Amino acid sequence: MEKMPKWADVVLIPLISLILAAIISGLVILALGSNPIAALQVMLNGALGSQYNFGNTIYYATNFIFTGLAVAVAAHAGLFNIGGEGQAMLGGLGVAIVCLMIPFPHWSLALVCSIVGAAAAGAAWAFVPAYLQAKRGSHIVITTIMFNQMAFALLNYLLVGPLKSPGGMEPASASFPATTHLPSFHDMLAPFGIAFSRGAMANFSFVIAIIAAAAVWVLIWHTRLGYEMRSLGKSEPAAKYAGINPFRIIMITMAISGGLAGMMALNNVQGEAERLILGAVEGAGFIGIAVALMGRNHPVGIVLAALLFGVLYQGGMSLSQDQTLRIPRELVVVIQALVILFTGALDTMVRTPLERLFISLRGGRSAKAAE
Amino acid sequence: MTYMDIILILESMIRISTPLLLACLAGLYSERAGIFDISLEGKMLMSACISASFAYFTGNVWLGLGAGIIATLLLSGIHGLAAITFRGNQLISGVALNFLASGMTVMLANAWFGQGGRTPQLSGEMRFPRLTLPFADQISEIAYFGPFYARVLSNHSILTYIAFLAVPFTWWLLYRTRFGLRMRAVGENPAAVDTAGISVVKLRYAAVAICAVLCALAGAQLATAVPAAGFVKDMTANRGYIALAALIFAKWRPWHAMWAVLLFGILQAAAIRYQAIEIFGTRIPGQFMDALPYILTVIILAGFVGKAIGPRAGGVPYVKER
Repeated sequence: MEKMPKWADVVLIPLISLILAAIISGLVILALGSNPIAALQVMLNGALGSQYNFGNTIYYATNFIFTGLAVAVAAHAGLFNIGGEGQAMLGGLGVAIVCLMIPFPHWSLALVCSIVGAAAAGAAWAFVPAYLQAKRGSHIVITTIMFNQMAFALLNYLLVGPLKSPGGMEPASASFPATTHLPSFHDMLAPFGIAFSRGAMANFSFVIAIIAAAAVWVLIWHTRLGYEMRSLGKSEPAAKYAGINPFRIIMITMAISGGLAGMMALNNVQGEAERLILGAVEGAGFIGIAVALMGRNHPVGIVLAALLFGVLYQGGMSLSQDQTLRIPRELVVVIQALVILFTGALDTMVRTPLERLFISLRGGRSAKAAE
Repeated sequence: MTYMDIILILESMIRISTPLLLACLAGLYSERAGIFDISLEGKMLMSACISASFAYFTGNVWLGLGAGIIATLLLSGIHGLAAITFRGNQLISGVALNFLASGMTVMLANAWFGQGGRTPQLSGEMRFPRLTLPFADQISEIAYFGPFYARVLSNHSILTYIAFLAVPFTWWLLYRTRFGLRMRAVGENPAAVDTAGISVVKLRYAAVAICAVLCALAGAQLATAVPAAGFVKDMTANRGYIALAALIFAKWRPWHAMWAVLLFGILQAAAIRYQAIEIFGTRIPGQFMDALPYILTVIILAGFVGKAIGPRAGGVPYVKER
C-alpha cells in the first residue's frame, strides 16, 4: 500500500520544504533589520518584473537545468555526482578551445562543435571518478570533490598561463570571434516581431537545455540503456542477475552526466561571457544537486526547479542592488543553502508527519466504509 | 638551499598544518562514528568569522573562541539533526552547510562591521600570541638544533600545540578507552552497539559535537592566531577539502593523519616559498602543487598506494527496526 498519494510526494513535500526555507530566510532578513515582505517583493520584481530581469532569470535557469540534469542522470543509476562544478569548468575549457581554434563561418556550426567540445570535456573529467567507482569501488563523492579542486587548479594554470588573453590583466581567455556568438533572446525573438530586452543574458542555450531535458526523459524511461541505469540504481545485485554489466553502465552514466554538466558552458561561456573566465561556474554545479532533489530527478521537475532557482538567483541580485533594503548578495547563498537543506537533507522531517497524516485520514475513511 | 631555508619551510609547514590537522581530526571523529562530514570547510569558516568578530567585540580572544565553538556546535547540530535524527543524506546536508557558512559569514561580518564582509584588524589581546617555549632564546644560538627549537618547535600559537597534542590524545581515546571502542564500533556496526544497549544516537551526536569543537579551533587559528589579523571572506580556501583528503590518506587513523597533514603542509610551504619549482629540469607550476593533495588522494583511493577503506557504516543512517 502506498503511504501517500503521488501528488503529495511530488508537489506537497517540496512545497512545504520551500515554505520552511522561506520562513527561515525571512527570519534572517528580519535579523538583518530589514522587512522580509518588502524583500520578497523586491526579489520577485527583480526576477520577473521586466523583460530584462526575466531574461536574466532564464539565463541562470539554463545553467541549473544542465547541472540538475547531470545530477539526476547519475542519481538514477545510484551515483551521486557531486562533481558538476569541475565538469562544468572543463566544459568551459572545451568550448573555449573549440571557439578559439576553429574559424567558424556561422554560429550554428560553432554551436554544433562546441556542444561536442563541452560534452566531451565534461565527460572526460567524469571519466576517472567513474572508472575508480566502477573498477575499484572508490567513493565517487570523494573522487568528484577532488576533481572539482583539480579542475580549478587546472583552469587557474591555463588562464594565467597558456590560454591567457595577451595584454589582459585578469585570468581569462581571449574573447571568442563574433561568428561563434550565440543569438540572444533579443535576436531570436526579433523575427517574430517581439522586441525582447537587448541586455538580458538569456540566449539560444536555453533551447538546447530544454532539448537536453527532453532527451534525458526519453533516455531514462524509454530506452534500454535507461532501463539498465534505473535497474542498477535500484539494486546492483538484481541488475547483475538480469545480465546488466555494472561497469559499463556506470561508465556510460557518468559520461552522460559529466557531458550534461559540461554543456552548461554553452550558456555561461559561449552564450554570455563569450570568453573563458576563471570562476565562471559560480557554484551552479552544487546548485544542480538542489535542483535535481527538488525536481525529484524528473526532467519536468528539474526545469521547474531550475526556474525557481533562477528566480532566487536573479531576484537575489536585484535584492543586493536595492539601496533602501541594504541586503548583501550573500543572502542568495544562504537561501540556496536552506533550500538544499530542507529539500535534500531534512526531507524526512517533512515527510514523516505528512505520511502519518495521510494514513490517519485514509484509516478514518476505511473505518467509515466498514460500518 | 641553506639550513635557514629548511628551517623557514619547516616553520611555515607547522603553521599551515595546524588548521588542517585540527580539521582532519575533526573529520576523523565524525567519520569514525559513521557520519560523513564534507562540511568541515563550512564549520571552519563559521568559526573563523565568529571567533574573530567576538574577539574584536570583547577584546579577548578566548571569548572569541568560545563564541566560535558555539557557532560550530549549532552547525553540527543541524548536521546531526539531518544525518542522525531524520536519517537524511549526509552528503547533501554537508553541501548545504558549506553554502550556509559561506553566505552567513559574509552577511554577519558585513552587518556587524560594514567592511565588505571582513572583520576589522585584530590586535593585542584579540589574538592568540606566539608562545615561546622555555629557554628558546638561550638555545637559539646553538648550531643546527638552536634555530630548529626556536623557530620550528617554539614560536607558534597555543592552538598549534593543542592540535599536535590532540593526536596522541585521540589515539588514546579511540584505542584505549571504552568511549573510543564504542565510537569506532558505531561506525562499523551500529546494530551490534545498539544490541549491547548503548545509544547509537547519543554516541553519534557526541562524535559530531567533538568534530564541531575541533573545527572551531581550526577556524580560530586561521583568523585569530598571530600572524593572522581577522576574518576575510572565504578565508578557509578549501582547507576543509584538503583535510578530508588527508583523512583518506591517513586511512582514518590519528598518527597517520598527522603525517598526512604534515606532508600536505610541507608541499604547500615549499610551493609558497618557491613559486616555481624545478625538478630534473622541468618547471612545475604552483597550481600543480595546489592540486597535489587532491591528486595524491585520488591515487590512494585508486588503491595504487594501498587501499583506503573507510568505516563500514560510514554515511549510512542507522535504522533501529532493520
